[in-house]
Amino acid sequence: MLKIIHFTVNGKKTELAVDDRECLLETLRNRLGLTSVKKGCEVGECGACTVLINGEAVDTCIYLTMWADGKSILTTEGLKGPNGELNPVQQAFIDETAVQCGFCIPGLIMTAVEIVGTGKKYSREELRKMITGHLCRCTGYENIVNAVERVVNETYDATHGKE
Amino acid sequence: MYDIKNYTEAKTVEEAIAALSGDPDSEIISGGTDVLIRMRSGKDAGKSLVSIHEIPELKGVHLDPDGTIIIGPATSFSHITNDPVIRENINMLGEAVDTVGGPQVRNSGTIGGNICNGATSADSAATMQTLNAIVVLKGPEGIREVPVTEFYTGPGKTVRHQNEVCTAFKIRKEDYQGWQGCYMKYGKRKSMEIATLGCAVRVKLSEDKKTIEDVRLGYGVAAPTPIRCRKAEDAIKGKKVSDGSIYDTFADTALTEVNPRSSWRASKEFRLQLIHELAKRALKESIRRAGGEADA
Repeated sequence: MLKIIHFTVNGKKTELAVDDRECLLETLRNRLGLTSVKKGCEVGECGACTVLINGEAVDTCIYLTMWADGKSILTTEGLKGPNGELNPVQQAFIDETAVQCGFCIPGLIMTAVEIVGTGKKYSREELRKMITGHLCRCTGYENIVNAVERVVNETYDATHGKE
Repeated sequence: MYDIKNYTEAKTVEEAIAALSGDPDSEIISGGTDVLIRMRSGKDAGKSLVSIHEIPELKGVHLDPDGTIIIGPATSFSHITNDPVIRENINMLGEAVDTVGGPQVRNSGTIGGNICNGATSADSAATMQTLNAIVVLKGPEGIREVPVTEFYTGPGKTVRHQNEVCTAFKIRKEDYQGWQGCYMKYGKRKSMEIATLGCAVRVKLSEDKKTIEDVRLGYGVAAPTPIRCRKAEDAIKGKKVSDGSIYDTFADTALTEVNPRSSWRASKEFRLQLIHELAKRALKESIRRAGGEADA
């Protein structure tokens, strides 16, 4: 059954008629054209469909759209600066050559945005654990961990002053 | 699109109970990290869902004036791990649920679902057994409280009726104050893994930290349901922490109380070995955390 929901998508207030059986992944891709949200395993294991819901990284393939009513959604499309600049997280992925085929990257970037958003510093081991909800079949993860580590440290140093 | 017959977004617990009572073929969905997977696989396809996802009163952890910790069943795993009441009083539960799935699943999945699914492999289950948690259920006939140690009736089965909503878990002061413990999970991977075996131990040491005043042992996947091993507990109650024989006594007795089976994940024999070894390790670590000097 179609139902009307109101939510904020990438900073924009959005009113949308959705089927109450649909998951947020389908809504974002098919109704709003946000194709950075990738359809991977569809069972919450690969992390390719990760977006931030009220600041928390969630697998949208196992999140019903009805639950997004009243909430704020952030996808990779929403990271863009006012003049089209890349987000520091995206820049770090480029600088560390963390991308090969790119399918897992939007999801990983959103998890990295969540990690950066905590405003804390983490050890490499902690960061490895924090990105375990993503499968990457190309890179072997090393450069991805490098990129996440770099942007987390740089952001922390920028906000806390480097010692 | 999920194969859902009718979908109800309940705004209150009463609404959820009414919707569940109105359709015997309906089930509760909370975090969705298990229900939607089952639905996609075809197992629960075509069922009606009653969502309790948007009921604020079911979320969060708080401390009652009498010291009882009240855990809202719709609290996500990551919120439990980061909750100040949990961190201060039962950090072990926060650690246990931090081993569920991966980070995104822990942002969605809830402790209520973890327990009410009736899975023996649930990562919170062994710890909840050792905390003597009380499950509060609300149905058309009113509210009832069931100790989690009497909650399970078989694999995936609990005493909860189809039209009952779990509204809280209660952990009494005497079940956490002065206790320390740890949860050990064995899995082939460090993440996105269902426990091959889970072992939870909690200890209460005497004031001088030399005697085990009380001890509790709980397992996941050691039987068709999560279990407590009370004989193993009794076998070392009152013993000195310096007594090197307590570990084998504890683990050997536990073996008489478990009933693991072979599955594609692991054989019965391997699980028995894990039951024995993890009991010893978790006991040692719990004594250490409680400030006792565990014998090597």
